[in-house]
This record gives sequence, structure tokens and C-alpha cells, in this order.
Amino acid sequence: MGQTLFDKIWDAHVVSSNEGFPDILYIDTHFIHEVTSPQAFDGLRNRGLPVFRPQQTVATADHNVPTWDQHLPIKEELSRYQVDMLTKNCAEFGIELYGLGHPFQGIVHVIGPELGITRPGGTYVCGDSHTSTHGAFGAIAFGIGTSQVEQVMATQCLLQSRPKRMKIEVNGKLQNGVGAKDIILYIISQISAAGGTGYAVEYAGDTIRALSMEGRMTICNMSIEMGARCGLIAPDETTINYVKGREFAPKGEEWDKAVAYWQTLYSDEDAEFDSVLSFKAEDIEPMITYGTNPGMGIGVTQHVPETASFEAKEQGSYKKALDYMGLHDDEQLLGKPIDYVFIGSCTNSRIEDLRQVAEFVKGKHKADNVTVWVVPGSKQVQEQAIREGLDKIFDAAGFPLREPGCSACLGMNEDKIPAGKYCVSTSNRNFEGRQGPNSRTFLASPLTAAASAITGKVTDIRDFLKDEELVG
Amino acid sequence: MATKIFKHIQTSVVPLPIENIDTDQIIPARFLKATTREGFGNNLFRDWRFDNDGNPKQDFVLNNPIYSGKILVAGKNFGCGSSREHAAWALADYGFDAVVSSFFADIFKGNALNNGLLPVQVSDDFLKKLFEVIDADPHAVIEIDLVDQFIKIVATGEQESFEVNPYKKACMTNGYDDIDYILSKKELVEEFEAAK
Ligand code: SF4
Repeated sequence: MGQTLFDKIWDAHVVSSNEGFPDILYIDTHFIHEVTSPQAFDGLRNRGLPVFRPQQTVATADHNVPTWDQHLPIKEELSRYQVDMLTKNCAEFGIELYGLGHPFQGIVHVIGPELGITRPGGTYVCGDSHTSTHGAFGAIAFGIGTSQVEQVMATQCLLQSRPKRMKIEVNGKLQNGVGAKDIILYIISQISAAGGTGYAVEYAGDTIRALSMEGRMTICNMSIEMGARCGLIAPDETTINYVKGREFAPKGEEWDKAVAYWQTLYSDEDAEFDSVLSFKAEDIEPMITYGTNPGMGIGVTQHVPETASFEAKEQGSYKKALDYMGLHDDEQLLGKPIDYVFIGSCTNSRIEDLRQVAEFVKGKHKADNVTVWVVPGSKQVQEQAIREGLDKIFDAAGFPLREPGCSACLGMNEDKIPAGKYCVSTSNRNFEGRQGPNSRTFLASPLTAAASAITGKVTDIRDFLKDEELVG
Repeated sequence: MATKIFKHIQTSVVPLPIENIDTDQIIPARFLKATTREGFGNNLFRDWRFDNDGNPKQDFVLNNPIYSGKILVAGKNFGCGSSREHAAWALADYGFDAVVSSFFADIFKGNALNNGLLPVQVSDDFLKKLFEVIDADPHAVIEIDLVDQFIKIVATGEQESFEVNPYKKACMTNGYDDIDYILSKKELVEEFEAAK
């Protein structure tokens, strides 16, 4: 019987497999950042162990960094302390650090791919749940806890039981203005924030195939928001062209060998999945979330569901979510005034996202009631944007281009959404307090966020695109 | 960190014939703020063990000097409720090496095994027999053998076998944790790297 893509990669990384034991899985690259690594380094010191393969460990500072005036010392004390600890630990254990000011610094899930470290067929872990992003290359990539960070540092391996396999197919042609972010928000709204629990999800179908690498990363990034262990997409020409020539991509003969291998990475015709779901691209509207988990999403023209439409035992928590968001049953989000727009995070901060937003806002200006932050995913994205003159377009539109970091994706650094304020955000989580204490998040695509910034309220991007041929 | 080796114990036991003991009883939520794993034993079964003024309640089994030992024998569905790992820490920190019951909540079972505390699941009949034996003789000795996976009432010789995840068994009988286990296979890791 044929094998799934997931099984092919998994099998190629099993160091040891014993009945009743979890597999020992070899990890090609371990990404680390300042928040989930300090206790792991401490653990190694207590055991008197080195980092087993420091050259397969890549570090960056992203969660805590300010996105303005990065050349100055970090103001928040705990943030500064964590970033300093990372610098110290990397020096002590011999790990390359792309810290603040380094040309490769950025959000860990943006720099791995753009440096050619993330490649088809590889295994990647990081103490951050959105590690699933790297699966877009046809790789196994997932987030791990701090004790597992220590495990990978100590052994370059991870004890793991093989998850079940799910295939999610999307076929058909997307509407104008609908993009990768809408696809994944739609899927999660259909299967719920727990619908993928226990699975490795392979995304397939012609709609997925037609996506750029950036779009595929957006999709895989949010796999975790449906509870999945990881998400992946079989590599193809798009993938190979993206990796080619990048800083750490294989070169010369190595490259040819690698490509020959990558071309064997797909799920065989007769491979069996534990679950298969299919969606039609035509059904997908520009999406927006109204609640406090990413599964609480609707098409932008739809109304917030009625409490009575839920089972009795769910109504309490549903009501609580609506109260937190300051919304009521059957409310329409379209036209609702907003306060902030955040374009950034490892979901949507790549050069393609910024290009798309710049193309749309060129010649327009943000509404007075809205504060807009555009935060590039990495130093390289920032510099590319400046080279292409996008910063000028953004400035003219009232969308200042900031410096790279996680920024308002999580209320951990200086960029916080104030209590009670509404933010249309291109990030991946709308949990209570995620963007700052009592902040209210509407998750959406970069185009929906940009259009909402222009009008000052939740907006249907399609209203702008009636005459323009701009595909999301 | 290498944990302690667990292969075999033989000890008197502490009976707690109550069903559905949840983790909130084992360690109340207000004690979860500590940042290390030590010290939770002092608050094990806090609200059953002490009154509001912190005085020991004489009728609770942990305050009864007749009963002692490294095995807790408890009613069905032990460890249900919140997933807090602290429940396992508290039992281990208090000095228990094993808990015997006729059913364990799944998450508790995993947490216990990860913290060197052996959950031994026996039949309803065997559990009943255990309580009867302890009732008749508070000093009754119980033997638990992890290597051969059986539990035995020493005085009568009655015994029953129990299931345990083979990996967790290997960890406990060797005093390994996950890192120790992988490092014990370091040669395989290096062979794997060489073959890549
Ligand atoms: S951008 Fe957000 S989700 Fe992504 S790594 Fe940073 S904090 Fe995590």
C-alpha cells in the first residue's frame, strides 16, 4: 500500500522504533528564541550536558523585541533580560544567534524559510506552536514545550508517537479578494478550533497548489489553531523555485541531489488517511473572526451567530466570548468601527503580504480613527520592502513600516492593543488578552485589514475590487 | 534528570476507600502558584487533612498513625478532574511510590508515570479484597513488582497482574527520563547521522 507524504518524511527520520515505545525522531533543525529557551539551557547546565548539535540549532530574538528604535536598549526589563539571557546562552553553548541588529534577525518562522534552512523533507521543531508554518515546504514541523526544547538540545532527537493523518482538500477558483488567510480561517470555522486534534494535516487540491509559498505558509501556520499537531503541503515547482539560491540552500551537485529527493515527496495515490475533508474554493468569502478562538469565524457579510443556535452546555462560554468582544447576537461586523489595524506576525508578514497591501493602499489614506502598524517578519523583509519603495507608499497612506518582531501578535512586547479597543489583525490568535489586556481582536487577511484601515470600519475588500483585478 | 529506580516495593499501605477522588482534592488550586516541583506534599489532600485553621483532622487517614507506607490504595476513578501535574508531584513528594485503584483518569495516569509514581490498576474484586485485608490488619504488607508486573497481598499470597506502558516501564525500572533514554541510544543517533 502507498504511503502518505507525512509517513515518508517521518520514516526517513526514525532513529529507533520499538513496539510500545514512542519513536526517537531525528530533528534536522531546532529553532530557538528567547522566551522558551532559558529553562532548557538551565536544565542542560544542571545535567552537565552540552548542546548536542549546536550547528543544527538556530536562534533569534523575536517575541520580546520592540519594533521601533531597535538600535536603542530594550525598555521593558523582563524583555531585555530574556533577550540578554539568549545572547549569553548562545555564546556559552556555541549557537549562532541572529539577534537584534543582525541582518537575518526576524520572527523565527519567517527567517527559517527565507534563509533556505527550511526545506522539503526535513524535520523542524521550535518551542513555539506556530512552528507548523515550516510544513508548507513539505516538511514535518511542530511546536514543543520547554522540557522538549531541552530534550532536542541534549540529543537532536525527540520522543514522539506518530499522529493520525488527515487530508484537507480545497478545489476550485477563489473569488477575487479571497486569499490563503481566508481559506484557513474558513476551514477552522468549519471544523472548529479542535477539529484537527491528534492529526498531522496534509493540505491538497488545486486551490492549494495554486498558492505561492507565502500563501502556503499562512495556511500551515494556522494548523495549530484547529488543534492539529502539524500541517504540510507536498513540495512542487513552486517550492523548489522558492528555496533555490537562498542563503543556506544546497548548492551545485548537492542541490541536484536534493531536488531529486524532493520530487519523491508526495502522498501516493493509494495512501490511506485516517480522515479526509473537502472544501470548495467558491464557497469561501473574505473571512473575519468575531469571538475569542480562531474557530469563531464568519464570512465578512455574515452575522454573528445567535446564542440559541448552540447547545445548552455551550451557551455560557459563547455568551462570555461575545461579552468580551462587546458584540451581541446576530450583529453584523461589516461597518463596525475599529481602532487599530495590525499587519504582521508569522502568519502574514512576508514580502508578498506587504507587496499586496502596498499595491492596494497606494494612493489611499487610512481613516483618522485608526492606528495602523505594519510590522515586517524579518530584517530581510524590511529591507526588501524599502528597496522596492513600499515604505514610501505605506508612509503616504499613514501605515508606518516598523521594525521586525512578533509585535502585537502577543501582548509581550511594547506593541499592545489597549483595553476595549478593536483591532483588525492579520495574526493567528484572538484569545482573550492576546494582543494586550482586554484587547479585542478580529482576525482577517492582509487585504481585509488594509481595506478596514482605509474606511475605519470592518470592510468587505470585494467592494473595493469591483473594478480592480486584484487577486488576494 | 535521572529519576529514582523503581523495580519492586514491599510495604504497608494507606487506604483511602473513596471513589472519584479528583485532583482538586489531591491538591487544591490555590497551591499551584509555586514555581518549583518540591514541597507539594505538605498540601496533599489539604482540605481533607487539615481544618480551616490548619489543624490536622484526626479522622483523616493520613493523620492516623496506624497507617503508613509507600502505597496509596484508593477507590475507583482516581485522579479525575483538572489535568494539573501538581497532583502527581504532591503524591510523590509526600512519599508515595505507587497508587492502587480499579481505574485511573487518563491524564493523571500519564502525569504520574512521568513523575516516578506508579499507577497500578487492579480489578474491582482485587481492590475490594485489598480494602478487606487492610481493614482486618492495618499493617498488612503489599508487594508490587514492576519488572514482572504483579501486585500481591503478602500474607495470603493472592496476586494479580497489571498493565503498564512498556516505555514508561523501561524508564522507571532504569531510573531514566526521556533525555536519559535517548542518550542511552546515542550510538543509534550517531549511526543515523552518518547514514544521512
Ligand atoms: S508572530 Fe505571534 S504566533 Fe508567530 S512566533 Fe511570534 S508570537 Fe508566536
